[in-house]
Amino acid sequence: MSTRLRLLAILPLCAALAACNSVVLHPSGDIAAQQRDLLVSSTALMLLIIVPVMALTVLFAWRYRQANRNARYEPDWHHSMRLELVIWSAPLLIIICLGALTWIGTHLLDPYRPLDRIAPGKPLQKDAAALEVNVVALDWKWLFIYPQYGVATVNELAVPVDQPISLHITASSVMNSLYIPELAGQVYAMPGMETQLHGVLNRIGTSQGFSANYSGAGFSGMHFTLRGLASADFDRWVASARSANDRLTRDTYVALERPSQKEPIRHYGTVDAQLYAAILGMCVRPGTTCANHMMMAHAQHAPQ
Amino acid sequence: MPLHDSSLATVIFGRLSWDALPLHEPILVATFAVVALVGSAVLFALTRYRLWGYLWREWFTSIDHKRIGIMYMMLGVIMLLRGFADAIMMRVQQAMAFGGSEGYLTAHHYDQIFTAHGVIMIFFVAMPLIVGLMNYLVPLQIGARDVAFPFLNNFSFWMTTAGVVLIMLSLFVGEFARTGWLAYPPLSGIEASPDVGVDYYIWALQIAGVGTLLSGVNMLATIIKMRAPGMTLMRMPVFTWTSLCSNVLIVATFPVLTAVLVLLSLDRYVGTHFFTNDLGGNPMMYVNLIWIWGHPEVYILVLPVFGIFSEVAATFSGKKLFGYSSMVYATVVITILAYIVWLHHFFTMGSGASVNSFFGIATMIISIPTGAKIFNWLFTMYRGRIRFELPMMWTIAFMLTFVIGGMTGVLLAVPPADFVLHNSLFLVAHFHNVIIGGVLFGLFAGINYWFPKAFGFRLERFWGKVSYWFWVVGFYVAFMPLYVLGLMGVTRRLRYFDDPSLQIWFVIAAFGALLILCGIAAFLVQIYVSIRKRHELRDTTGDPWDGRTLEWSTSSPPPVYNFAFTPIVHDGDAWWDMKQRGHQRPTTGFKAILMPRNTGAGVVLAGLSTVFGFAMIWHIWWLAIASFALIVASAIYHTFNYDREFHLPLPEVVRNEDERTRLLAVRS
Repeated sequence: MSTRLRLLAILPLCAALAACNSVVLHPSGDIAAQQRDLLVSSTALMLLIIVPVMALTVLFAWRYRQANRNARYEPDWHHSMRLELVIWSAPLLIIICLGALTWIGTHLLDPYRPLDRIAPGKPLQKDAAALEVNVVALDWKWLFIYPQYGVATVNELAVPVDQPISLHITASSVMNSLYIPELAGQVYAMPGMETQLHGVLNRIGTSQGFSANYSGAGFSGMHFTLRGLASADFDRWVASARSANDRLTRDTYVALERPSQKEPIRHYGTVDAQLYAAILGMCVRPGTTCANHMMMAHAQHAPQ
Repeated sequence: MPLHDSSLATVIFGRLSWDALPLHEPILVATFAVVALVGSAVLFALTRYRLWGYLWREWFTSIDHKRIGIMYMMLGVIMLLRGFADAIMMRVQQAMAFGGSEGYLTAHHYDQIFTAHGVIMIFFVAMPLIVGLMNYLVPLQIGARDVAFPFLNNFSFWMTTAGVVLIMLSLFVGEFARTGWLAYPPLSGIEASPDVGVDYYIWALQIAGVGTLLSGVNMLATIIKMRAPGMTLMRMPVFTWTSLCSNVLIVATFPVLTAVLVLLSLDRYVGTHFFTNDLGGNPMMYVNLIWIWGHPEVYILVLPVFGIFSEVAATFSGKKLFGYSSMVYATVVITILAYIVWLHHFFTMGSGASVNSFFGIATMIISIPTGAKIFNWLFTMYRGRIRFELPMMWTIAFMLTFVIGGMTGVLLAVPPADFVLHNSLFLVAHFHNVIIGGVLFGLFAGINYWFPKAFGFRLERFWGKVSYWFWVVGFYVAFMPLYVLGLMGVTRRLRYFDDPSLQIWFVIAAFGALLILCGIAAFLVQIYVSIRKRHELRDTTGDPWDGRTLEWSTSSPPPVYNFAFTPIVHDGDAWWDMKQRGHQRPTTGFKAILMPRNTGAGVVLAGLSTVFGFAMIWHIWWLAIASFALIVASAIYHTFNYDREFHLPLPEVVRNEDERTRLLAVRS
C-alpha cells in the first residue's frame, strides 16, 4: 500500500526533470542560472534526509504491521537519548549547510547588486557600462524607458546579450511583480517606490516576461516580449525605435496609463527626460505635487 | 427598477439596489436556484418533522463543548463543499483556456472565485474543523466537565457562523473581493476596488475573527486552569499540548489581523492613508502586518494536527509515544519561531540581502523541530504492533506527503530560489502539499479516530478506504503537475494561457481535482453508510481503539457532564496507566452535578452582528447604528442573567451511569 504511494510521489518528479521546456531549470541568463544551481543543490541537500525518512516510514510501517508476529514488540520503549541526539542533530547539520549556502547565495544574488561577471569565467570589463532600463508596471501592460537612448516601448524589452542590464522598477497604480524567468527572477513593482533588478542575458532569442503578482482584471494578459539581441542587432533595434513617430510625453503617458488589456507592442521615438522621475513621484498630471517634494516640505515645516 | 434614484432610497438602502443581484451571470443564477431548492427542502423537512424546537433547545443554544465542537465540524464540512466547488471551477477554467479561448469564466467571476476559495478554505473550513476538534477533545482529554467559559464558547461558534453567512451572501447579493485571499492594497483600496467585494471580505473576517479570538482565550483558560488533579503540564496528552500552543498563537496574532483590517477599513470608509500610495500611506506596511498574522496562522492549523498524529501513532502502534518531552519542546520551539519568519512571504519586495537571509534561515530552523517530530512518529512505530485502521492509514499518507511539502517549503525559504519560484504554481503546489497533506489528512485521521467517541459508533471502513485512496491519489495527481508548471515559470491566478505545451499539465491537474471530488463524495457516503449501519458499528465500551488518553475512559458518546467523578491522574497516558493498574470504575456514590445552562444570547448577538456587517458593507448607516446599539444592549442585558447554572438531578446521573454499568457488564 505504502510502496505504491511512494512510487506515485516519485513519478511526477521524474516527469518534472524530463520537461525540457522548463525555463526555470534551463534559463539563458547567468543570474537565473545561478539561482537554478542554488535551487538544485538545496534540493539535493534536503533529499539526503528526506529519502531516508520516507524509506524508513515505509519500512517500519511494513515491518511492524500487526500481522507480523516475528517483529519485536516493546510497548513501553519510548525514550533513547542517543536516538534523540541523532533526531535533532541530523536536521541541524543539514540546516547549517543550507544556511551557509543561503547566506552566501542571497548576498551574491541580491537583485540590487551590480554584476561582477557576464558568465562563468567571464569577469566584467572595467569600462563595460550597464544597459539601464526604467520599467513601469501599468494597468495592464509594461512600459520600458531607455534613458541612455531616449526611447521607450510598451510590452517589448529588447536587450543586447552579454551586457549587464540594470532595471529600475516602479508601478502606476497597484502592485505587480516584474518576472523575467530567462533573466534573473523577479522583484515587486510598487507605485511611488523604486526597486531594482540586475541581470544579464547570455543567449540570443525571444522569450517572455510577465507580472507575477495578481493586479486585477487584465492581469492574465500582462506579459511582454523579451528580445535578446546581438550587439549590432540591438543598435539597429534602437535606431528603428528612434524612428518611431510616437513621442512619450506627460500627456501621452496619462492616456497610456488608463487601464487597457492586451496592448500591442509600441515604440516611442522620443521620451520626456523628466517623465520617469515624475511617475516615481506620482506627479505626472499637471498641478500635482511630487511625493518627494511633499516630504521635503513637511520636513521644513516640522516643529523643531 | 433601480432603488437609488432618490436620495431617500440611498438613505434607506445605502448602496444596495436591484443591480446588486447577479442576474446576468447564468452560473450564479443556477447556483442560487440549487441552493434555494435544497435550502427550502431542508427548511421544509425541519418544519415537517418538528425539529426546530429540538435544534434550538439541544443544539443552537447549547453550551456543551461537545455539541459546539460537532457544530463547528459540520460547518467546516459544509464550507468544504463550497470551497471545493470554487476549486473545481478554477481547475476546469485553467484546463480549457488555451489557444485563444478564454474559458468559460469572465475575469470578474474568476477573480472572485480564487479569492473566495482561499478565504473559505482557510477561515471557514480549516479553522472551524480545527477549532471544533479542539473544542470537542480538550476538556475530555484533561478530565474537565466543560470549557472555562461555556457561554463564550457558544458565542464564538455563532460569530464564526455569522462570518460564513456574510461570505455566502456575497454570492447572491453583490460580489466578493477580487484581490486574492490576503487583499493586498493598493488593489484592495477604495480606488482600485470601489465595490462591495472587499467590504464583504473585511466584515466576514472581522466578525468571524471575534469568535476565533474568544475561543482562543477560552481554550487557553481551560487548559491552564481546568486540568484534572495530577495532570501536570508534562503529563498532558500531546494533542492538548499542541492545542495549547495553537491557542497561544491565536491569542497573540488574531488581534494583529483585526488591527490591520481596521486600518484598511478606515482607508476605505473614512479616507485615511495608512495603505494608500500617496499622502504618506504605504502598502508595504499592510503586507508586513497581514503576514505577521498570516504565518503563525498556518501553525495554528498544523500544530493541533501534529497532536492528532501523535495520539493516533501511539494508539495504533500499541506503544507509548516516542520522545514525549522532545515532542513538547519541538511544539514550543515551533510556536516561538512562528513569529519571526513572516518576511519569507515577500523576499521579492526589495529588502536587503541580510534581512532576506535572516528570515530565510529562521524559516529553515523551523524544519529542525518539525523534522524531530517526524522522527518521533517514526520511532513510535518502531517496535510497535501497527494496526492499519483508517486513522493510521491517514497518518502514513501524511508522513510520506508532508515531508515533500516540507522540502519544497525550505526550498522556497532560500531567497534566490524564491526569486524564481515566488507566486508561481510551485508555491501553490507547496502550500496545498502541506495544508492538504498535513492539515486535511490529519483532520481525516482525527475524524475517523474520534467519531466513535462523539457518536457511539465507528465510521464504516470500506467507504473510508475508498475516500482515503481517492483523496491521496487525487492529491498527487492534482498537485504534482503544479510543481512542474511552477518550474516551467507559470505564475498563479492566471485565467488563460498562450503556450499550448502547458495544457496537458492543467488537464492532469483537473483530473486530480475530479479524483478528490470522488474522495469527498466517498467521505459523505461513509458517514451516511455508518449511520445506516450504526447498530453493527456500535461501541459500547467507550474505548474502541484501546486508547491511552482520558477521553476513552468515559462512555461513547460521553454524558453531558463528561465524567461522573473527576479522574485523578498519576502518569502521562492517564487512561492507559489506569487500565494497567486495573482501575475499577465507581458504580455508586454519585452526586448531583452543577452544569451551565443553555442560552440563546450567542445566537442573538451573532445574528445582530451579521446584520451590522451587512449594513456596513452596503453603507446602510441607520441599520448599522441600530444593530450596533442592539448588540451592546443585548450584551449588557445578558450580563444581568444570573440564572446560568443548574444541578443535573441525581436520579438522572444515576440512570446514566447505571446504563453504562449495564452495557459494560453485557460486554464482559
